[in-house]
Amino acid sequence: MGPAADTLRRTALFDRHRAAGGKLVPFAGWEMPVQYEGIRQEHVAVRTAAGVFDVSHMGEIETGGPGAVAFLQRILSNDLTKLADGGAQYSVLCRQDGGVLDDLFTYRIGDRFLTVTNASNHERDHEWFAEQASGFDVEITDARDRYAMLAVQGPDARRIAARLAAGELPPRMRTAELSVAGVECLVCGTGYTGEDGVELLMAPEDAPAVWDALVAEGARPAGLGARDTLRLEVCFHLYGNDLSLERNPIEAGLGWCCKLDTGFIGSDALRGAEPRETLVPFVFTGPGIPRQGNPVQTGAGPGTVTSGSLSPCLGTGIGMAYVPMPAARAGTAIEVDVRGKLRHAEIREKPLYSKT
Amino acid sequence: MAESYPEDLKYHPDHDWARVEGGEAVFGITWYAQDALGEVVFFDPPEVGAAVSAGQPYAEVESVKAVSDVFAPLSGEITAVNQELVESPERINEDPYGEGWLVKVKLSEQGELDGLLDVDAYKALLAG
Repeated sequence: MGPAADTLRRTALFDRHRAAGGKLVPFAGWEMPVQYEGIRQEHVAVRTAAGVFDVSHMGEIETGGPGAVAFLQRILSNDLTKLADGGAQYSVLCRQDGGVLDDLFTYRIGDRFLTVTNASNHERDHEWFAEQASGFDVEITDARDRYAMLAVQGPDARRIAARLAAGELPPRMRTAELSVAGVECLVCGTGYTGEDGVELLMAPEDAPAVWDALVAEGARPAGLGARDTLRLEVCFHLYGNDLSLERNPIEAGLGWCCKLDTGFIGSDALRGAEPRETLVPFVFTGPGIPRQGNPVQTGAGPGTVTSGSLSPCLGTGIGMAYVPMPAARAGTAIEVDVRGKLRHAEIREKPLYSKT
Repeated sequence: MAESYPEDLKYHPDHDWARVEGGEAVFGITWYAQDALGEVVFFDPPEVGAAVSAGQPYAEVESVKAVSDVFAPLSGEITAVNQELVESPERINEDPYGEGWLVKVKLSEQGELDGLLDVDAYKALLAG
């Protein structure tokens, strides 16, 4: 278990979660709502209407200075020269050996770059940024305490946010500095649910006003439980499950955001790497629910489940697993050992859920 | 349903209940257990005829997020399984002492009854 309850950090919305009936649990050093009324209801609300998530546990690192682009090009896997002002870009942070330290979104606001970290990796990421900065003319700031973060997601999310915004919302993968519910926000056309929506960064003390306004406009409070099932249905990676220091981004299926020619740290190790295993999504074709760590049997050898859950939209067990390359083909039947019972599953294309 | 602990049940500290009638008992999980677990989405039924031992797991219930073992409050042999739960596991949440029952068991060790908690002792345990 993590630290004792009295050392857990609380977001600016802690009282709102309590009042909304949130079930608060320790998560990456924070006391966070895993659910309010129920994971399934919240999941369905995001797929059919709109939900609002408090994701203030996520960290931020700000990079500025004349050498910012060169520095971020060196440590982030994507091509930073393609990140324009007002843009958003996904990348991974690798060690020299290609192991993944974190997966991150970076937003460019003028000459400043705001990189959003996973809560459990924030300190390590910040140390890594600071260590690698020598020789670059950059200023790196741990900005975690400057921001609260809300994600408004679902088919109605933009309509709800637009009613509160004093200006036009940014399109997907773009950002805008806008007043929302009277609060200065960085509005980002990003998310982690497979639905349309925006993510909002604001000063922590202003977060309750924005939360209240979003809820009043119809966004349903949704917890980290629904956030996990939503992301798994659309096969977004979760660090600590699907990504780790022991896996490289090529195995994880993130080669698309690894621009080896930029010479980022880890690119030498990844160049010419021929992964023995790769990450695939799967669905159960019978009963059972896969869980992280369940052994997998394929015709080409063993594998391991890294994420598993019941899919609220599909009504079956779903997951992602690392399997030997020769087995990694959609339609391949596999078996998952769920606490001693072999369950039937089939490898699928991603995403496992789509609207059509 | 609201939190409740019927007077006529015997309780096991792992949040399981037994309704004993003569040499048979019905087992289930308590309101506290289903609330802690959240919405139950999967019940993996044991086999009729299987032996269960007091204090040992005999089935699993799963919420979206987690798996939980269900412990036998008493020893015996399973004579019936609530097959309705395979299709509708949420009954465990909706009616944990009624339609959410899990198994019926022919008891083999009558003496074990004395080791279970009555409702007051179980409530005291919950109160910590």
